[in-house]
Amino acid sequence: MDFDLSDEQSLLKEQLDRLLADKYGFESRKTYMASPEGFGVEMWNRYAEMGLMALPFGEEHGGIGGGPVDTMIVMEALGGALALEPYFTTVVLGGGFLRLGGSAAQQAALVPGVAEGSTRLAFAHTERNSRFDLEHVETTATKDGAAWRLSGAKNVVLHGDSADHVFVTARTAGGPRDDNGIGVFLVDARAKGVTRRGYRTQDGQRAAEMSFDNVAVGPEGVFGDPMDGLPLVRHVVDQAIAALSAEAVGVMAAMHALTVDYLKMRKQFGVPIGQFQVLQHKAVDMYVATEQARSITLYATMMADSDDADERARAMHAAKAEVGRGGRLAGENAIQLHGGVGMTMEYAVGHYFKRLTMIDTLFGNGDFHLRKLAAKGGLFGTAA
Amino acid sequence: MLLPVNGEKEKEETIMDLRFTPEETAFRNEVRAFFQDNLDPAIRQKLIDGEHMDKADLVAWSRVLNAHGWAVPHWPVEYGGTGWDPMRQYIFLEELQKFPAPQPLAFGVNMVGPVIYTFGNEAQKAKYLPAIANLDTWWCQGFSEPGAGSDLASLKTKAVREGDHYIVNGQKTWTTLAQYADWIFCLVRTSTEGKRQEGISFLLIDMTTPGIEVRPIVTIDGGREINEVFFTDVKVPVENLVGEENKGWDYAKFLLGNERTNIARIGMSKQRIARIRELAALEFSGGRPLIEDERFRERLAAIEIDLKALELTQLRVVAADAKRGNTGKPDPASSILKIKGSEIQQAISHLLVEVMGPFALPFQDQDDDGGNEPSDGPDYAASAAPTYFNFRKVSIYGGSNEIQKNIIAKAVLGF
Repeated sequence: MDFDLSDEQSLLKEQLDRLLADKYGFESRKTYMASPEGFGVEMWNRYAEMGLMALPFGEEHGGIGGGPVDTMIVMEALGGALALEPYFTTVVLGGGFLRLGGSAAQQAALVPGVAEGSTRLAFAHTERNSRFDLEHVETTATKDGAAWRLSGAKNVVLHGDSADHVFVTARTAGGPRDDNGIGVFLVDARAKGVTRRGYRTQDGQRAAEMSFDNVAVGPEGVFGDPMDGLPLVRHVVDQAIAALSAEAVGVMAAMHALTVDYLKMRKQFGVPIGQFQVLQHKAVDMYVATEQARSITLYATMMADSDDADERARAMHAAKAEVGRGGRLAGENAIQLHGGVGMTMEYAVGHYFKRLTMIDTLFGNGDFHLRKLAAKGGLFGTAA
Repeated sequence: MLLPVNGEKEKEETIMDLRFTPEETAFRNEVRAFFQDNLDPAIRQKLIDGEHMDKADLVAWSRVLNAHGWAVPHWPVEYGGTGWDPMRQYIFLEELQKFPAPQPLAFGVNMVGPVIYTFGNEAQKAKYLPAIANLDTWWCQGFSEPGAGSDLASLKTKAVREGDHYIVNGQKTWTTLAQYADWIFCLVRTSTEGKRQEGISFLLIDMTTPGIEVRPIVTIDGGREINEVFFTDVKVPVENLVGEENKGWDYAKFLLGNERTNIARIGMSKQRIARIRELAALEFSGGRPLIEDERFRERLAAIEIDLKALELTQLRVVAADAKRGNTGKPDPASSILKIKGSEIQQAISHLLVEVMGPFALPFQDQDDDGGNEPSDGPDYAASAAPTYFNFRKVSIYGGSNEIQKNIIAKAVLGF
C-alpha cells in the first residue's frame, strides 16, 4: 500500500499549484468571472498547454494516459483556487463519456479537440422532475432512419452555455423512470432545434437551461448502447463524484488554512482570537473533517476505475455522503470563525463555503447517497 | 480492504496504490487461520457477546500468542518482536480485533514494555520483558490521581529517597484491572523544584509490597474494572527506577504516544458493526426485521462511512510511519484516530442499545455479587446497555478528546 505520488504526478501538482498561486488571486478570479465566458479563457489555454485536458485520454488519441489519481490532483488544485473554468464538465464528464462510451472512431474525432483545449463539453441530464435520479429521463429520442430525433428540456446544465457539444440523456424506450431505454447522445450545441440560456450559479460558475426541439443526431453522436445507456451514465457519474470529492477536499483545505490564518491575526480582548480554546476546537473540527474527506476521496479515487459497478457505486455513495457532511461542517464553521467578515462578498472565505455547498447539490447530496448506500446494505456487510 | 481494481498490476515504480500486496493478503490469511485454530471458541464467544474477560482467559491466550512468537509483535526483535513492518502490524491488530480475539494486555505490551526496552537498564529488561510477553506479570498503570487527570503534571504521589529505597506515599485512581495486577508502573513526584514536569519519575512497584491498598470503583455499567490504589510508606528499591530520576515525564509522553497509535480500534468497530447487522436481522420492528428499517439502515451506513474514512486515515498514518521508519513518535495527526475512533465506537455501542429495544432494560450483574433475576429476553441483549455506558470512557481515557484537540491545535495548526 502506497499513498505517494509518482515523480510525474508530483511535478504536475507542483506546476499547477504554482500556476494557480500566480494567476488565481481573489481579484483575478473576479475578473475572470466578469468576462463574457464567465471564466478565465487565458487560464483555460494555460491548462491546455500544461496538458491538463489531455490527461485522462489514451495516447493513441493525443492523450497522456493518466488515471483517476491524476484527475484527483488536478481537481484538488482547482478546488483550492476556486477555479471557474469548465474542466470538470469538459474533461471529467465529457471526457468520461468519450473514454468509457466512445468508439475508436468517436474518440479519434473528438478527443484531439478536447485534449488541445479547443473543444468544450457539457452533460445535460437534470430535468424538472428528475432531482438526482439519473434514471429519470423524460427527454425523448426517436429513431429517424439512421439518425435520432431529440426533444425535451434539460435544466442546470453545468457550463452548458459555453460548451461546443453536449452529452444528453434521452429516453429511447419505456417509461420516464425505467432503467432500460436510456440513450446517451452527443449534440452539437449550435445545431438546429437547440436553444440555451446561460446564467451564473451561486458559486460564481455558469450553467444553462437547454431545450431540444426535434434535434437530429446522426449515428456518430450515439454513445454506447442507445437502448441501455444507463450503466455508462452511472460509470461516468461515479468517476465524476470521485473528481468532485477531490475538488471539495481542495476547497476545504484552502478554506481551513485561510480560517486558521485569520484566527492568528484577528485580535479581540487584546489577544489573537486563536488563543481561545473554543475557537481552536472548532478549527480542529474543520481539520478532522477535511482529513476524513481526503481519506474517503482517496478511497473513491482508487475505486473510480473499478469494473465492479456495485462496489464502485458504494464507494461513491460513501464519498459523496462524507464530503457532503464534512463540507457543510467545515464551511459553516469557517464562516462562524470569521465572524462578520465571513459574511462579506469581498472576502474569500464565503466563496469557498458557497462552492462546497453547491458541490453537495451536484450528482446527489449527502442525504441522497446515504440513502442509496443504506439500501445497498452498507459498506462492510456482515463479513466485515 | 475491498479494493478490487482491475486484476493484478505489476508494481514497478512508486505510484499511489491502496491495495494490499499479495504477500500482505497471504499474511492476513495466515493470521486469521492461526486465530481460527488456536483461540478457545468460548473466549471468542465472550468477546462477541460483550462479556467480561476473566484473568485466566487473557493469560491463557497471551501464552498461546507468546508460544507462537506473536505476543509482542511491535517490539524490537531482540526483545521478542516479530520484525513486521508497520503495515503487517496493522493487519495483525485489525484481524485480531475483527476475529475477535482478546487484545494482549495493553499496560504490559503497549505501555510499560516499550518504556522498559527504550529507557530501562539491562537488568530491568531481563527481569521484566519476558514476563510481560508471557503475561506472567500483570501490569497496571499508576498515572492519574484524584487531582491529576488531564493535567497529569500536577500529580502529587511522592517518592522520597531513603538509602536504597524510595518511600512512596499518595493515591492513584482509575487504575484499570489493578485487582489482577502483580506490578504497577507509576509516575511519582521526586522533586518540587523547577517546572512541574521536571520533578516526575517513572517507578515500577510490586503490588505485594506492604502499604498498598486497592479499592474497587464500580462504574456506571455495574462493572468492576477500575480501582483506587493507595500508597502508605511503600518501600520501593531504587533499582526499580526507570531511566533517570526526574525524567519520568518524557517517558510518559513516549508511552502515551504509543497508546494513541492503537486507539482507533477499526477492526473492533468492524466486528461490532457486523454484529449489529446480525442482531438487527433477529429483532423485529413494525413487523419486519429492524435491519430492513430505512432509518436504522441509514444510521448504520453513516457510521460505516465514517469508519471507512477513518480506516484510510489510519492507513495513511501507518504508511507515513513505515516511511519514517517508526520513530516511536506518532504523527500528531494520529490524534484524529483517537477522536474519530472513539466517536465511532461510542456511536456503535449506542446503536446496539437501540437494536435491543425493550430488552436493553433488564440489568444483569456480570460480576455476580448481589445477583439479579434474569429477563426472558435474548441473551445477547444483556451486555448492550452496559457496553454503551462503559464506552463513554473511550473519549476520556488516553488523553480525553478535548486534550486531543488541544494537541492538534498546537502541533498541527500552530496555535
